[in-house]
Amino acid sequence: MKKTLALLLAVCMMVAVLAGCGGNKETAAPTEEATAPVEENVGAENAGAASGTFKIGGIGPMTGGAAQYGMAAMTGAQIAVDEINALGGPVQFEFRAEDDVNVADTAVNAYNTLKDWGMQVLVGAVTTTPCISVSAEAYNDRIFCLTPSASSTDVTAGKDNMFQMCFTDPNQGLSGAQYITENFPDAKVAVIYKNDDAYSVGIRDAFVGAMGDAVVYEGTFTEDTQTDFSVQVTAAQAAGADVVYLPMYYQPATVILTYAKSIGYAPTFIGVDGMDGILDQEGFDASLAEGVLVMSPFAATSTDELTVKFVEEYQNRMGQLPNQFAADGYDCVYAIYNALQAAGCTADMSNEELCDALISTFTSDSFSYSGLTGQGMTWSTVGEVTKLPMAFLIKDGVYTTP
Amino acid sequence: MVFFSYLISGISLGSVYAIIALGYTMVYGIAKMLNFAHGDVIMVGGYISFCAISYLSLPPAVAVLLAMVVCTVLGVLIEGLAYRPLRQAGSLAVLITAIGVSYFLQNAAQLIWGVTPKIYTSVVSFRLPNSLTRLGLSSEALVTVLSCVVIMVALTTFVNKTKMGKAMRACSEDKGAAQLMGINVNATISMTFAIGSALAAIAGVLLCSAYTTLLPTTGSMPGIKAFTAAVFGGIGSIPGAFVGGLLLGIIESMAKAYISTDLANAIVFAVLIVVLLVKPTGLLGKYVPEKV
Repeated sequence: MKKTLALLLAVCMMVAVLAGCGGNKETAAPTEEATAPVEENVGAENAGAASGTFKIGGIGPMTGGAAQYGMAAMTGAQIAVDEINALGGPVQFEFRAEDDVNVADTAVNAYNTLKDWGMQVLVGAVTTTPCISVSAEAYNDRIFCLTPSASSTDVTAGKDNMFQMCFTDPNQGLSGAQYITENFPDAKVAVIYKNDDAYSVGIRDAFVGAMGDAVVYEGTFTEDTQTDFSVQVTAAQAAGADVVYLPMYYQPATVILTYAKSIGYAPTFIGVDGMDGILDQEGFDASLAEGVLVMSPFAATSTDELTVKFVEEYQNRMGQLPNQFAADGYDCVYAIYNALQAAGCTADMSNEELCDALISTFTSDSFSYSGLTGQGMTWSTVGEVTKLPMAFLIKDGVYTTP
Repeated sequence: MVFFSYLISGISLGSVYAIIALGYTMVYGIAKMLNFAHGDVIMVGGYISFCAISYLSLPPAVAVLLAMVVCTVLGVLIEGLAYRPLRQAGSLAVLITAIGVSYFLQNAAQLIWGVTPKIYTSVVSFRLPNSLTRLGLSSEALVTVLSCVVIMVALTTFVNKTKMGKAMRACSEDKGAAQLMGINVNATISMTFAIGSALAAIAGVLLCSAYTTLLPTTGSMPGIKAFTAAVFGGIGSIPGAFVGGLLLGIIESMAKAYISTDLANAIVFAVLIVVLLVKPTGLLGKYVPEKV
C-alpha cells in the first residue's frame, strides 16, 4: 500500500519535472548566419577585446499559470545565445534557465541554483513579483541583472545593478493616458484592472492619475476571479464609458472582449503590452479583437529583416508566433552581448568587476541598443529603458498602424 | 434593469459552480472523501471536447459524449490506482493523494496541450433574442441552469430509487456493514467516481463554453469555489450543492456590483463562515451523530 503511494507520488514528481522541460526541447541549433542586432557603439573607451565563455542564467515561470511568459522569454533568450555562439566569435555564452513557477520563494531558490552553477549575468526574472525578490539577492551578490519583462519600478528601486528591457508600468500608464487624451478627447473612460498584480496596478495608478475626472468607472479582479467579468463589463456600460482601458495580460482581456460582445457593448478597447499574444491563441475568434488598440513595443507581424528571421526561428522551435516576452528575452541577451564587448569584459573577471563594468556601460551616453523591441534604446541610472511604444490597431486579425 | 443584469450574471456564474459542486458532493456523500482532483477532471473534459471539435471536427454532441467517456475512464482509473489502495488508510493520506493527483493532471495537461490558452468555441449553437442578451442572459447560462436541474433531479432519483443507489447509500452509511450485506463496496465506489467524472466532463464543456479560455489550470479555481458551494449547501446533499452553487454565484455578483469588486471574495467567504456558524452542516446538510 505504502509502495503504491510512494510510486504514485514519484510519478507525480516526474511529471511535474518533465512538464518543466516540456516544449523547451533544444532543436539541434539550426541557426544559420544571424542578422544580429546592430551594435551601435564601438566604445571609444574600449578596455580591450571581450572574450571567454560567459555563464548567463535565466529565471522565469515555465510551469503553472504564467508559464507561457517564462517559456517565451527563455526561448527567446536561448535563440539569441545559439545565434551568438554560432557566430564563433571570441565571446561565447552558456545559458541555463530555471523555473520559478511565478512564486517569489521558488525564484530565490532558482537564483541560488544558478549562483552555485556559476552564473555571471542574469536574464530575469520574467515576472514582477519573483523579480523583486531575486533582484534583492542579486544586489547583495553584485550580479548584473537585465529583466526582459518585469516592469514594476519596485524591481529597480535602489538597486544599481538591475536593468529593464521593457517599459516601466508608470511609463506605460502615462503614455496610454496621453494617447487617449490626444485621440479621444472628451471620452468617458472605464478601467478594469487586476488588483493583486503589481504590473496591472502600476499601470492603472499612473493612468488614472493622468486621466483624472475622465475615468467614469473602475472595476477590479484578482487571479481567483478572472474567469467572470459580467459585473465589471455591465457596470462600465451602465456608466456610459466609450473607451475601456485594459491594463492586463491577454487571457482576462479575451474573456472581457467575449462578454462585451455577447451583450452588444462595443466601446474602444485599449490594451497594454501584456495584450500582445491575444491573436495567437488557438481558436481565437479574431472578430472579437476587431478595433482593439494595443500599445506594445513588438509585433510579430512586422516585416523588418530582424523580426522576420526571429519569428521564423521561434516558430521552428515552439510551433507558434513569438510574443513580446520572447522578443524581450532575445533583446536582453544581445544587449548584454553588446555591452560586454563595449566594456571589453573577459569571462575570468569576478562577478563584481563584471557587474560594475556592465553598469557603467549600460548607463553611459555612448551606449544604445537597437533590437526587436525598439530602436536606439538607452538606459537611465535607475535602470529604466527609454524607447517609444507603438500603437497597433487590430484589423481583420492583424496588427496595423492606425 | 441593471440590477436584473447583475442577478442574471450571478445565476449564470452560480449555475457553473452548482454543476461542479454536484460532482464534489456526490463523491463526498458516498465515498466520504474530498476529491480535490475533480476540478482537474473538468479541465481534461474541456480539453478532450476542444480537441474533438477543433481537430477531429466532430459535432458538439459527439464531442461531449466523447469527453464524458474519457473522463469516466479517467475517474475510474484515478480511483483504482490512487484512492483504492488507501481505502483503509487515514483520511489525511487520501486527501494528500487527491492533491497529488490534481497536480499530476495539471502537469500532464501542460505536457500534452502546452501552456498557451486555447479558445473554446461554445458548444451551444442557438442564440437568444437580443432583448435577452442585452440583459446579460446568454444561451450558455440557460443551458447550464437547465442541465444543472436535470442532472440534480436525475441524480436524486438514481440515488433514492435504484438498487445501485441503495448500495451507494449503504456504503455511505457504513462500508463494513454494507460489505457484510453482500454489497461490492469497491465496485460501488468505482461507480460513484464514474458518475462523478462524467458529470465533470459536462461541467467542463459548459464552463469552457461560458468562459472561453482553456488552460491546464482552468479547473482549479472553479473547483475550489464549487467545493465552497458544496460546503455552503451542505456537503453530501445533492439539492444542497445546487442551492449552494446558485447562492454563491449571486452573492459574488451582488457583492461585486454593489459593495466592492475588491472585496467580493472576502464577502463570499464571510457569508460562508456565518452560515457554518449558525448551521454547521450547511444549508441543507444532515446532521449525522458520530459514534465514539
